[in-house]
Amino acid sequence: MTELIQGLYTEGEPIADTKAPDGPLADKWNTRKFNARLVNPANRRKMSVIVVGSGLAGAAAAASLGEMGYPVKVFYYQDSARRAHSIAAQGGINAAKNYKNDNDSTYRLFYDTIKGGDYRARESNVYRLAEVSANIIDQCVAQGVPFAREYGGYLDNRSFGGVQVSRTFYARGQTGQQLLIGAYQALMRQVAAGTVKAYDRHEMMELIVKDGRARGIVTRDMVSGQIETFVADAVVLATGGYGNVFFLSTNAMGCNASAIWRAHRKGAYFANPCYTQIHPTCIPQHGDYQSKLTLMSESLRNDGRIWVPKKKEDCKKDPRDIPEEDRDYYLERIYPAFGNLVPRDIASRQAKNMCDEGRGVGPEIDGVARGVYLDFADAIQRMGREAVSAKYGNLFDMYKRITDDDPYEVPMRIYPAVHYTMGGLWVDYDLESTIPGLYVTGEANFSDHGANRLGASALMQGLADGYFVLPNTINDYLADAPFESLDAADPAVAEARQNVEERVGTFMNMKGTHSVDYFHKKLGSIMWERCGMERTAEGLRKAVGEIRELHEQFWRDARVPGSAKDLNNSLEKAGRVADFFELAELMCIDALHREESCGGHFRAESQTPEGEALRHDDRFAYVAAWEWTGESQPPVLHKEDLNYQFVHMTQRSYK
Amino acid sequence: MRINLEYWRQNGPDDPGHFEKRTLENVDDHASFLEMLDVLNEELFAAGEEPVAFDSDCREGICGMCGLVINGDPHGPERTTTCQLHMRSFKDGDTITIEPWRVAAFPVIKDLAVDRSALDRIVQAGGYISVNTGAAPDAHSQLVPKANADRAFEAAACIGCGACAAACPNGSAMLFTSAKVMHLGLLPQGEPERRDRVVNMLVQQDEEGFGGCTNTGACASVCPKEIPFELISLLNRELIRSMHHKARQRSA
Repeated sequence: MTELIQGLYTEGEPIADTKAPDGPLADKWNTRKFNARLVNPANRRKMSVIVVGSGLAGAAAAASLGEMGYPVKVFYYQDSARRAHSIAAQGGINAAKNYKNDNDSTYRLFYDTIKGGDYRARESNVYRLAEVSANIIDQCVAQGVPFAREYGGYLDNRSFGGVQVSRTFYARGQTGQQLLIGAYQALMRQVAAGTVKAYDRHEMMELIVKDGRARGIVTRDMVSGQIETFVADAVVLATGGYGNVFFLSTNAMGCNASAIWRAHRKGAYFANPCYTQIHPTCIPQHGDYQSKLTLMSESLRNDGRIWVPKKKEDCKKDPRDIPEEDRDYYLERIYPAFGNLVPRDIASRQAKNMCDEGRGVGPEIDGVARGVYLDFADAIQRMGREAVSAKYGNLFDMYKRITDDDPYEVPMRIYPAVHYTMGGLWVDYDLESTIPGLYVTGEANFSDHGANRLGASALMQGLADGYFVLPNTINDYLADAPFESLDAADPAVAEARQNVEERVGTFMNMKGTHSVDYFHKKLGSIMWERCGMERTAEGLRKAVGEIRELHEQFWRDARVPGSAKDLNNSLEKAGRVADFFELAELMCIDALHREESCGGHFRAESQTPEGEALRHDDRFAYVAAWEWTGESQPPVLHKEDLNYQFVHMTQRSYK
Repeated sequence: MRINLEYWRQNGPDDPGHFEKRTLENVDDHASFLEMLDVLNEELFAAGEEPVAFDSDCREGICGMCGLVINGDPHGPERTTTCQLHMRSFKDGDTITIEPWRVAAFPVIKDLAVDRSALDRIVQAGGYISVNTGAAPDAHSQLVPKANADRAFEAAACIGCGACAAACPNGSAMLFTSAKVMHLGLLPQGEPERRDRVVNMLVQQDEEGFGGCTNTGACASVCPKEIPFELISLLNRELIRSMHHKARQRSA
């Protein structure tokens, strides 16, 4: 009988990645590619792959697999593959090209990423990411991605997120858009060629597992309401992150966890669910009706100075009337070496501390003013208004459009917001989950970023997985395909389909008094308060109780209007929010068991005497991979030890 | 503020559709237009009615998913996406009419949501560069003058929202098509397929049922990303060049 730990979970057998070869770091990827079995081009036509999601990871994977000759089906909930949320990434994409001759290298990019992730990522995966980063830029340029250029016609680079070399490639503030359009065009080319079939406005509702292998999905056509089953030899989930569990986040409205959560319930382990990146420079919330948060590029911290009033009574004043001696430039005060350029987790936490002390500015939400100033007055004086405008003009315009305040005249107000989730389905070096034949790419998997994500690294991982890693590793699995054919009558298919039909029926028959959004907002506020930037054991325990109570109320008191036979946004949300409830509980359990602070995950009980995050490498240098055991059953924790052979773990310090 | 809404209701492409009215009290002028619609939908929910269907996703002005005709203007009175339009652009007591894109090639799915997959099919006809994954030369092997890269970027900034077609009296998607043709045509990587691309994409545009371009300029005046109107004349030049080339090939 396994012991119930903290009354919430049990511990199971350890888990390990068995696919990364031994030997020198720099040879691992080549070795794996050589050892992986191949599928000859004539046989590829007889196999099939399903890809869910059309962002950088999904569109790139679907296009690449189509080119290779596999019949591919790609599914996405938007009306066009071009709308996936990768499109909203602003800053840039890192690559170890060393075009600036500033001693950048694959090893340095690897090292920075490992350190940035606070030593909670796998060395083998991160090294490969750094290694293929250079190919990504080549590929995208060949596709016509209009990266920024210098006058000589060469590509331009900038530095980003506190890194000391210039390795970030960018296309103004719309790098994500341009990279996604490149991948989308590659995908459209394959659709025209007939190798890929695209299903827009289709949502994955269930995974089909037969004899332990992932063999297909059940979808709902969001326009006709039709529930359909699709089978294939392998399934790739490229469905992005789950930040919308917090309701307010920088994610698109439709971003959801359902695809990976459905797979989790079918046996895929969920790794590090509590790892959420909080981004420090977001436009603060302005009212109860608010639906989402908008990021301001991190690059603003290069010239803007962050402060709050020293005295609480000044918080309501016009900031221009607060004299210099009454301002607290708290990042410059606490971290003189890095100042306003400290990493995202540190900048976020200190902003929260200032507001919790009662020194926040701007409108009050639930009795607390949640905003700090990001002030360009000094920069305007030093560089001139025109130079500031040339550098940041589009961001200033965007800020003014949203807030109606002119940042040239009044300091901007910013506050941290939920941005990116580093947790996701556990995958091995091949990007294969614990369900054979189920592959997971991009933000949907847990790999590569550890406990924190550096700027300009998400786009890199999405494209690395989609263009270069998955198309090379999936062959090894498909070499055993085609598998036994499955038809609609097969019990595995019929049962999955029936579950979806029953689930939709349950939602449509709920006759409560509140909308789904009502519950989503309440769940989000529990998560933000108790499992956000700062956590305590006590708060997390409370959260588990509150989530369970609200979850129970959801099934009793929610209502979905309209019909299941046409476009019904409320029904779509109901399925997603129902899954968010289960995921939220697991996030809190994961946060509770990790009795250390690492990355942006600050456990108040684990801090240095100066109040900084304190890791416990002796106890927590592992990936926490959670196994589903059934509704209302305690999950099982499987630990994957992280063995650092090439990098020495050290305490991060920015003082 | 108090806002009187007249919004379009339509149950699919074959339903004739009609306007419905409702007054919202206490609309916050900082709310975005779509957040105001969220509030409307909460009120409809409370009243036991079905919420109004409309499309939106990123709500940051970049995905191109949202798109409404507001008081006769695609995306409303300001030159931006619907998600970045705020209620402060209206006055207390205003009446606002909300309609879907009315373009023959964009059938109405429901209420304010339309089917814009025609734009994807135009891209499928040639809006790409045919390079296989892993087959790319080093990024610096072909230099691109900064001016060309910047102009290509300007065209590439199109978000595919369809406002250009919604504003056009002919229901033409020419600004969209020209943006893609010129984005790729201005780069050396796009050169080999340049002559076929323009023809194939225009043929597809016609097949989708978009109207012809008569240079009214309505498209560019509403484009939230300020795609230059001049791209359409550049596209026409591309087309003529391509036809001359084909004629020469035939006579040779």
